[in-house]
Amino acid sequence: MELITQLLVAAVSSGTPLLIATLGGILIERSGIIQLGAEGLMLMGAVIACITYLNTGSLGITIAATFAISAVLGVIHAFLCVTLRANQIVSGLAMTLFGAGLSAYLGKSIAGQPVTGAVPKLDLPWLEPIPVVGSMFAHLDLFTWLSFLLVIGMHLYIHRTSWGLHLRAIGDNPPTADVMGLRVQTLRYSYVIAGSMLIGLAGADMLLVYSPTWIEGLTAGRGWIAVALIIFARWNPVRALFCAYFFGALDTLGFRIQLIGSDIPSYFLKMIPYIVTILVLMFLGWRNRNKPSGAPEALGSPYIREQRF
Amino acid sequence: MKFNNRLGLALFIVFVLVLAGCSSNSNKGSATNAPSSQPADAATDEPAKLPRVAFVYIGPPGDGGWTFEHDNGRKYMEEKLGIKADTVENVPESADAERVITELAQNHDIIFTTSFGYMDQTLNVAKKFPKVKFMHVAGYKTADNMGNYFGKNYEASYLSGIAAGKMTKSNIIGYVGAFPIPEVIYNINAFALGIQSVNPDAKVNVVWSNTWYDPTTERQAAISLLDKGADVLLAYQDSPATLQAAAERGALAGGNDSDMTRYAPEAYLTNPTWNWGPYYTKVVQSVIDGTWKSEQYSGSLADEMVGLAPLGSSIPDDVKKLVEDAKAKVLNGELNVFSGPITDAAGAVKVEEGKTMTLEDILVMDWFVKGVEGTIPKN
Repeated sequence: MELITQLLVAAVSSGTPLLIATLGGILIERSGIIQLGAEGLMLMGAVIACITYLNTGSLGITIAATFAISAVLGVIHAFLCVTLRANQIVSGLAMTLFGAGLSAYLGKSIAGQPVTGAVPKLDLPWLEPIPVVGSMFAHLDLFTWLSFLLVIGMHLYIHRTSWGLHLRAIGDNPPTADVMGLRVQTLRYSYVIAGSMLIGLAGADMLLVYSPTWIEGLTAGRGWIAVALIIFARWNPVRALFCAYFFGALDTLGFRIQLIGSDIPSYFLKMIPYIVTILVLMFLGWRNRNKPSGAPEALGSPYIREQRF
Repeated sequence: MKFNNRLGLALFIVFVLVLAGCSSNSNKGSATNAPSSQPADAATDEPAKLPRVAFVYIGPPGDGGWTFEHDNGRKYMEEKLGIKADTVENVPESADAERVITELAQNHDIIFTTSFGYMDQTLNVAKKFPKVKFMHVAGYKTADNMGNYFGKNYEASYLSGIAAGKMTKSNIIGYVGAFPIPEVIYNINAFALGIQSVNPDAKVNVVWSNTWYDPTTERQAAISLLDKGADVLLAYQDSPATLQAAAERGALAGGNDSDMTRYAPEAYLTNPTWNWGPYYTKVVQSVIDGTWKSEQYSGSLADEMVGLAPLGSSIPDDVKKLVEDAKAKVLNGELNVFSGPITDAAGAVKVEEGKTMTLEDILVMDWFVKGVEGTIPKN
């Protein structure tokens, strides 16, 4: 039983950055813009969070700075994809390379400096008595609670509000949305910027909570896993929660299998998250072969008023 | 419409090129700076002919451990000899390393390659550049123009073990190992023997991270050990991530390579440290004097290439005394870490009573001593 609790705690702590990044990605892709820049955005979010926190010591300013830089990157992506109608895949890849290079450059001076105690933990002792999950929920940090709120908030927003309906409309059928009187380009800009800010926040979470020292390439591919998670979760925030924790658990499972004393080479254990990514993709593809993928129908195609598709 | 598309594409290409420029500059900054200073040297080939020195690092000097100490050694050498060395950071132990070393070999006289995994690449480049001298750390291959150097850091691992064995309450001690190679294995064994010299009941649990430097992975490995009940950890890794994770859980820990007190003074145990400066100075001086020869140098506690970091603030004085006494015995030769009887994890006698292992045997160790729980993958 204790083992399950420990695995849960580990899954949530390594799954939270994945979850926040996936939620940001869902917001962007729901508006019809492909989002492949998560890795770069997370790295930029992390490095800016580290620099700001080490210099100011204030969590508020740190989050504000992270949001600001991610918003700027979001504007660039939106400008390329919405206004200039550039290839969204290439723009996303450029964002990843850009983020990786620039964050390495900016992080030179602060590499290796520890960041401690940036994000407070909320101690809620009255949750302790709940079996299995109680001890976990009693000591979560602020960002993890924030990610829970984001899941609920985004679910209600997308499926229960008229704004959410508009979001789905511009992602599925922009000409109709346009006819309805929605300003497709403006809305897409807003969602790309908002989603990018969330992905940047995921990077900050990774640095401030999970791995409190900046190194070059801190995210080590987690941005790409977040991109895959958007597809696993089929663009649904609630499913994203479970998918993110599943991958979070896989991330830490390797060491636990080593400690049980198995003879599986540790090199193989390290491959687990990536092998499972492939297997899950195959399984979902097969199981859902006759169903819609859940992808917004206009995903990846720029909207040009009065152009026929 | 068409115009718009073209404009978009053009702007996009410019954007990508700008970014590409940014990223490659940041990675190679120090490497590409090197050649620009060469013509000046070549033009004035008369005065003193100070050797052109280069270092290849596996991580950033800011890692707070392994590369940090090599960089300190470089600075020490630069100050003593008045030489400016070139450095290349974050070089992966892959074909990239061979490219970097080859590039450096074209305009340097001596190159220090400071990671075990650069061994074959260094040797390959050494064959192509017979006039350039190469110094590789921790390896076992040499050539006429390639020497290697390392130190008996297992002596300090043994001393760390004494402190760990005294401080554990759960008798479960965790060890985060980078790779299952002899260098790490003999340090784990020495650590376990140190523990057993004061606490025969304590067990060492080992997990492999398969990375020298990745704080995120190191941290996960540490947490999995803490979850298993370990209350003292040691990490043969380049970053202080294990110490930071242990501090959060109220456990004790040490890292490797460098004094890591500053990361968590309360939770700090101790760990082996490196002091490369005097050796780098000696080697570069021998190049200046023209007396450099390929050698296999092994430093130790005695010549202070290997050291033990000061014990943490929560370690009581009697434990400190015990460690000091053992250190004195190692220094005067009374205590040899790998002296028999030593049995392996399966119970077979590896070193008989009254015998000690030779350095050659230690450097190829591929088995755990009794009391170590973990697996060594067989190749």
